[in-house]
Amino acid sequence: MRGPVHSAERALGKLTARRGERVLGLLTVVALSASAILSLIVSPPDADQKNAARLLYIHVPSAWLAYLSFAVVFVASVAYLRTRKIRWDRLAAASAEVGVLFTALAIALGSIWGKPVWGTWWTWDPRLTTTAILLLIYVGYLAVRKLPDSPARRARWAAVVGIVGFVDVPIVHLSVTWWRSLHQGATIRLLGRSTIAPMMLAALLVGVASFTLLYLYLVTLRLRVGRLEERVMAEALSPRLGQPVEMLVEQADEPGEVTVGG
Amino acid sequence: MTLIRQSAVMAAKDLRIEIRGRYALGAVLPFAGTLLIAFGLSLGPGRTLLQETAPGLLWLAVLFASVLSFRRSYESEGEDGALEGLLLAPMDKAAVFLGKAAAVAVQLLALEAVVVLLVAGLFGLSLGGAPAALAAAFLLGTIGLAAVGSLFGVLAESPRAREAVFPLLVLPLATPLLVAGVKATALATTGHGGEAGSWLGLLVAFDAVFLAAGTLVFGHLLED
Repeated sequence: MRGPVHSAERALGKLTARRGERVLGLLTVVALSASAILSLIVSPPDADQKNAARLLYIHVPSAWLAYLSFAVVFVASVAYLRTRKIRWDRLAAASAEVGVLFTALAIALGSIWGKPVWGTWWTWDPRLTTTAILLLIYVGYLAVRKLPDSPARRARWAAVVGIVGFVDVPIVHLSVTWWRSLHQGATIRLLGRSTIAPMMLAALLVGVASFTLLYLYLVTLRLRVGRLEERVMAEALSPRLGQPVEMLVEQADEPGEVTVGG
Repeated sequence: MTLIRQSAVMAAKDLRIEIRGRYALGAVLPFAGTLLIAFGLSLGPGRTLLQETAPGLLWLAVLFASVLSFRRSYESEGEDGALEGLLLAPMDKAAVFLGKAAAVAVQLLALEAVVVLLVAGLFGLSLGGAPAALAAAFLLGTIGLAAVGSLFGVLAESPRAREAVFPLLVLPLATPLLVAGVKATALATTGHGGEAGSWLGLLVAFDAVFLAAGTLVFGHLLED
């Protein structure tokens, strides 16, 4: 068990160094630009939905990021409870924040798409309903992170919520699927045809890939901010009072890790 | 002492506090009654609408009122360092969780018995159809609710606790309970008790997941 956790921690450390962060940022910008060109110019408009179908290229990647982020929160929460290393808690926190952002984005985009295509902002479709409850569960997760005073306690509480919340999602989905299907038969299918044009599929895949890069970049940034917050807090509590905060922040750029609690 | 015996001791302690304090009788039950009256007033006096929505309103009243019970359950641990005493006691942390869940479940079942009668009276819900399915829905739903509430109730007792965080966390997690409980109740009270099986199965799954998860991770919430 020690092996994979250890190597994952090392990979995480490399990725979050300043240089890796810049490279990642650059890659993200290139990928997002490519995705924008593909989805707005190269890809043809949909036969039925015209240009509204282009929302597919950002709606689906957002929804994918929502589930990816919360899976990462789950894994990082388990890893934190096993290893008690605060970096896993930072990863869970960063991923949850990005996940809440993209869950809300996916719902908003879906709503904007639904208006012209389905004729309504919202329908009680199982996937929509599950996503809305998912958003609430992780808003709750972030609220719990604000409760405790001690970082170690916050990490433990958050890890428990991160694990239980993720385990609950399949049950929520099952319940709303049954709830819906007992009401009426077929749900509205987003893409009526079973096939998707090759160019549209390519644009979609590039969108998913570029959003994944964006996710990695945002998490990386958030991890560094988390490290800085902890360092400033540790410095503020240490006897070397009286130093201006700017100096402390500069010092925090040095490699190395502040471990709190655990 | 085995886990079950330790849990029983814990549950007995909580129920003793409840019997002496009568919080459920004095505050939780009146709150549930207030909710039911408010629901009735907001939906108007039309008998058909009230009858159709009665299972949903019944479960909403139970769900919201249960929040008070969970808060109360951990409030008493926050006083006079009682929680530290519990932590020092030579017992499994899982027993604290299971015992608290059992004690709250007993209180909620008593509350539900009264609320069901109130809903039958106020909204014209007929109870005769399939009493076994109805009882099973409430028993299974209460176990799951007690599990999720007792797991996270301890968060509500933090020094900087904000009132909204506990319901914000517990109510979305309890969505499957609400859906399955309402559906099973609606089927049982309209003479389709036999079709409630899959909903009762969902409740069993929820109970199993949250009892197992609580037993495994509750200790992490307490240790300091």
